[in-house]
Amino acid sequence: MVLTKEQQAILNGEKGETLAKVMKTLVMYGDAFEAEKLVPITSKYNHLVTSFGLKVMSPVYDLMQQLLDAGVCSGQKFSVDPRPLDKNVPANLLQNLVFNKFMYTKQAFYEGQLEQLGLMDKNAFSCTCYMDEVGNKPGKGDVLSWAESSAVVYANSVLGARCNRNSGIIDIMGSIVGYVPYFGLLTDEGRKATWVVRVKTTKKPEAQLLGSAIGMKVMEDVPYVVGLDQWIGNELNDDACAYLKDFGAATASNGAVGLYHIANLTPEAVEQGESLVAEGAKEYVIDDAELERVQKSYPVIWKNPDASPKLCFVGCPHLSLAQLKEWTVNIEQALRQNGKKKVTVPTVLTAAPAVLEAFEKTEYAARLKATGVIASYICPLMYMNNPLCKKMPVITSSNKLRTYTSARYYTDAEILKAITGGKKA
Amino acid sequence: MKQFQGRVVTPGEVTAEAVVTTAGFNTLASLQMALQFGDKEVKCGDQSNKELYGKPLLGKALCLPQTIGSTTGGLVLYCACAMEKNPACLLFANHIDSLAAAGAVLADVWVEGVSMPVVDSLGDEFLSYVKDGMKITVKEGGVVEVE
Repeated sequence: MVLTKEQQAILNGEKGETLAKVMKTLVMYGDAFEAEKLVPITSKYNHLVTSFGLKVMSPVYDLMQQLLDAGVCSGQKFSVDPRPLDKNVPANLLQNLVFNKFMYTKQAFYEGQLEQLGLMDKNAFSCTCYMDEVGNKPGKGDVLSWAESSAVVYANSVLGARCNRNSGIIDIMGSIVGYVPYFGLLTDEGRKATWVVRVKTTKKPEAQLLGSAIGMKVMEDVPYVVGLDQWIGNELNDDACAYLKDFGAATASNGAVGLYHIANLTPEAVEQGESLVAEGAKEYVIDDAELERVQKSYPVIWKNPDASPKLCFVGCPHLSLAQLKEWTVNIEQALRQNGKKKVTVPTVLTAAPAVLEAFEKTEYAARLKATGVIASYICPLMYMNNPLCKKMPVITSSNKLRTYTSARYYTDAEILKAITGGKKA
Repeated sequence: MKQFQGRVVTPGEVTAEAVVTTAGFNTLASLQMALQFGDKEVKCGDQSNKELYGKPLLGKALCLPQTIGSTTGGLVLYCACAMEKNPACLLFANHIDSLAAAGAVLADVWVEGVSMPVVDSLGDEFLSYVKDGMKITVKEGGVVEVE
């Protein structure tokens, strides 16, 4: 890798040993991909994936402390993934004990570290930092040092920013020195599609199911999706962006997709069309039968597969304001149809703190509360990642949550029936 | 015995027993519960990976196409190394992905005394040849012997 004089000086230790190690990390990381240079980060804010003060992650906090002790901090302010705990989310005595006294004992300490390192504000905790209410929304062509797979794939695909699927810790190291290695999704070549996915379903495909199918098929490659615009339109409006948020999260977690193009919809596909498709690209056709096959392939690891659900999470990744309103209306309608007043399964809808704040100012907040549903800023994934929750029959419409935990996946429509007494999930 | 030539991502030599996944290795889903709750064998916790689910990973030669999933993957791998709960080596059939590379580099730069050789680009034939329980020897220069 060819470094500028300034970069070489940092690597040589002229600005201290710790900064030299940060630079060495980025150079070695770039070398693994034959990166020829480091390029400047151009986004206003960074986004970090590590939001949780898990005792087991002590090596991370030790490293962060090394940075702080050396007087090194992020050159950009940053947002970070959701908090792992919210006292409003149902948890029994034992779970609370495990969460607070065993698992997340480093939470307050770590949040203190984040504030010192450059956290945007005390509530900048969400995986959907790009929501208008949160305010970390990069522009087209911006070079980022983000982590969080669902945010990276959204920034690349929907916003047209340029970011590799960086890991936690690498994310902040980029914004400490202000550069990232130039490879992969930062390059024009790396943004070419090596798969053409043809959507031939007879109805609008479930976002998180379609994303799952594509992620598992293409893994880390870039798909160019044809035929989806007939279902979600040609305009990046609130509905389309929410759909793509959920779709992208599933491609990234069920596979390793960092960028997708949707014909006639996403910015680069609109500008460049099929010239984005690389020579020799493979093809994957998705019809109703394929989506059904994919959904049936998910393993059920509940001890009793016929157990009644004890909890439902919707909002991984976090919901948009429009999605919160839509769920409110749909739950009310379904409850009325089923002759119920409250949801029959404890249900948590999750969104960014700033989005929840905006939601609270609408009439929908009281209406949602009246159905018995809880609105929370929690990270459902972090809530679920322990042996106690593993034994709980939890249902979700998040394919990301299904992938990382024992939660069982259902489509939004199936979830709606299950939580409103319409049908046992 | 068969020999494969790959590319060194982080150096080192080691001999260990193979555990093999032909599907992408989801680092967070595979390791987090084991690390968090002190599983001494570091058994794979990824329910979606039918080849690895429940199998011990500590000290094994993990043979895989690439890693997938959450971008916490690299830091989870880094923590595993810092806690000495890591596989003996990572052997990739494909080019290494950005998350695994981050984990390997972070461990190499920031953890004293860690040794987890990482070799990539071993090819599809490597992954179809190697089976669970085979003896793997990682040598200098990206040479991997399987017997």
